[in-house]
Amino acid sequence: MAQQGMPIVSTEESNVPAAGSQVGLETRHMFINMGPSHPAMHGIVQMVTQLDGEIVVGVDVEIGYLHRCFEKESERGQYNTVIPYTDRLNYVSPLINNFGYCLAVERLLDIEVTERCQYIRTIMCEISRITDHLTCVGASAMELGAFTVFLYMLKAREWLYELVEAVSGARLTISYGRVGGVKADLPKDFAECTRHALEETRKVLLECDSLLTRNRIFMDRMQGTGVVTKERALSYGITGPFLRGSGVALDVRKAQPYFAYDKIKFDVPTGRHGDNYDRYLVRMEEMEQSMRIVEQALVQIPGGPLNIDYEGNVIPADVMVDEAKMGRTAGMKSPQVHVKPDPTLWGSTRGFHERVNAPEKRAVLPAKEDTYGNIEGLMNHFKLIMIGHGIKPPIGEYYSAVEGANGELGFYVVSDGSDRPYRVRVRPPCFTIMSAIGEILTGDTIADIVPTFGSVNMIGGELDR
Amino acid sequence: MTQAAAGATSAALTPGARVAQRFPEAVLASLTYRGQETLVIQRDAWAETAAFLKSDPALTFDVLMDLSCVDYLRFGRSRTSAPTLATPSPLPYYMKPKENTEKWARGVSMDDYRFDVVYHFYSSVHNHRLRVRVPLKTTDVKIPTLSDLWAGANWFEREAWDLFGVVFVGHPNLRRLLLYEEFKGHPLRKDYPITKRQPLIGPLN
Repeated sequence: MAQQGMPIVSTEESNVPAAGSQVGLETRHMFINMGPSHPAMHGIVQMVTQLDGEIVVGVDVEIGYLHRCFEKESERGQYNTVIPYTDRLNYVSPLINNFGYCLAVERLLDIEVTERCQYIRTIMCEISRITDHLTCVGASAMELGAFTVFLYMLKAREWLYELVEAVSGARLTISYGRVGGVKADLPKDFAECTRHALEETRKVLLECDSLLTRNRIFMDRMQGTGVVTKERALSYGITGPFLRGSGVALDVRKAQPYFAYDKIKFDVPTGRHGDNYDRYLVRMEEMEQSMRIVEQALVQIPGGPLNIDYEGNVIPADVMVDEAKMGRTAGMKSPQVHVKPDPTLWGSTRGFHERVNAPEKRAVLPAKEDTYGNIEGLMNHFKLIMIGHGIKPPIGEYYSAVEGANGELGFYVVSDGSDRPYRVRVRPPCFTIMSAIGEILTGDTIADIVPTFGSVNMIGGELDR
Repeated sequence: MTQAAAGATSAALTPGARVAQRFPEAVLASLTYRGQETLVIQRDAWAETAAFLKSDPALTFDVLMDLSCVDYLRFGRSRTSAPTLATPSPLPYYMKPKENTEKWARGVSMDDYRFDVVYHFYSSVHNHRLRVRVPLKTTDVKIPTLSDLWAGANWFEREAWDLFGVVFVGHPNLRRLLLYEEFKGHPLRKDYPITKRQPLIGPLN
């Protein structure tokens, strides 16, 4: 009875009998397309649903609409040129992707980043996690009719994006991670700004919590829908809040700590029922835990403000080169020299550079004063940038696992000793959830597709790569 | 490796050593690189070994974290790969060179075996990981499916078929996943040119 050309479970195979079959009427399952472009589905994905009345008896998920050859393109360029592509994987929390990839290459090179950099990465990861959860919860609440929550949460996200912008210079395509460090140090008043932004975010979360958590309509839509058991979730390889909603306290940050997570206290919230409501509660609590992590990290972060006065004379790059030609490079190495590079380079200049980057000339670009100011810096820069030189990890492979906002984000990098990654494989966290979504939705009503799909937090960029 | 492992108690064994102890003839190579354990396992013994990975109480790999593939066709043959190995860049004066005792090896001949199917397993019970590589002969790109053991393997295998052309024998629904059915070739293979164009297909109906 299945329609021609529909690659889907046929009515004979599905174990739910059609509603009219008891009274001897001929009934037929109905096929409804959701997507690829549907207002209640954030992301381009097609679901061919097979319906018996309102009950979903089969779902065929078609992905790949946003496939843009990330893995093939990565093999083409040098190691550092992959970083801008990783921004576009999970575009709601791009910083985690940056650092996950950098971690894999650093392990291949066997280098360790500085402690301050570990903390910076931790802080930025957690801020990204909050923005991601805000987007996910806000968007799925909006699809259930709670538009106010969406606007409130985006307002809070905006404050956090301002922090991201202050640190990296961009809101979305940040490219802040570097192999062996980060692009630049944190801005001067970052700690105060962050505390203020978190305070405001807490107020918003409190408001949203009072609007949603005990809201009868919201609870009815979320409780008991999209249920996935612990065993099935593990079998599908589901990780992150989706798995924790089913009661498995699995978190890479706790299980196999990276960056500075082993020095910070935080809890891993879990649900009990594995339904949409528990996943919502887990996400709300995780945001609170992330704020806790950021606050602790801001206290513990080593390397206070540097007492370097950049208000001295402006030395443009060409003057620095002329100075260097006359052999006056010794003074330029000293942080006491009054150099004022371009304001856009703030935080990546000498002094800051050494705090946030590993002392590893095989991987880390030199500070700009050195690149412009002396021949060693220029050569070092050249050796890392020019085709055929670049970062060259020894032959080997490494799988780095970090806790992305949706679950375990893995980068499997294979090096053949050349300046280009031989293979870059991403394990996108929402891929496994999407592979399970057909099974999770089966048995629910068609209206439940919207909250369940919302709680997946499908990100087309990382799903389709 | 196997003899050393046999002396120790089974609780103290690393996951890879335990597998090597149980299936000594299936394990082609076993290495630890950058703290990550890797087993290279023969294709013909893989179905049996995979079932053991899941069912053995000391291993309990209940999560298949990742499944991917690597095409070793051009491995180490890039114009820029050779000189690095001979002369790594000198370190700054304040750094001591690290002793690089770890040596990576593929475990099989690059000429006969073109593909590796790479599995990353994780155990939520014991909190340990294991990477398994299964080399495939250039002439016989087939491997048994794991989708009956781990439900998540279903889509991972479809993706590997889509992008690498690896056939997973016994897979219930081996269709392309990211690309469309009319796509010609398998784009992540190293001999697929990055500039290659695909024929235009009209609307289906």
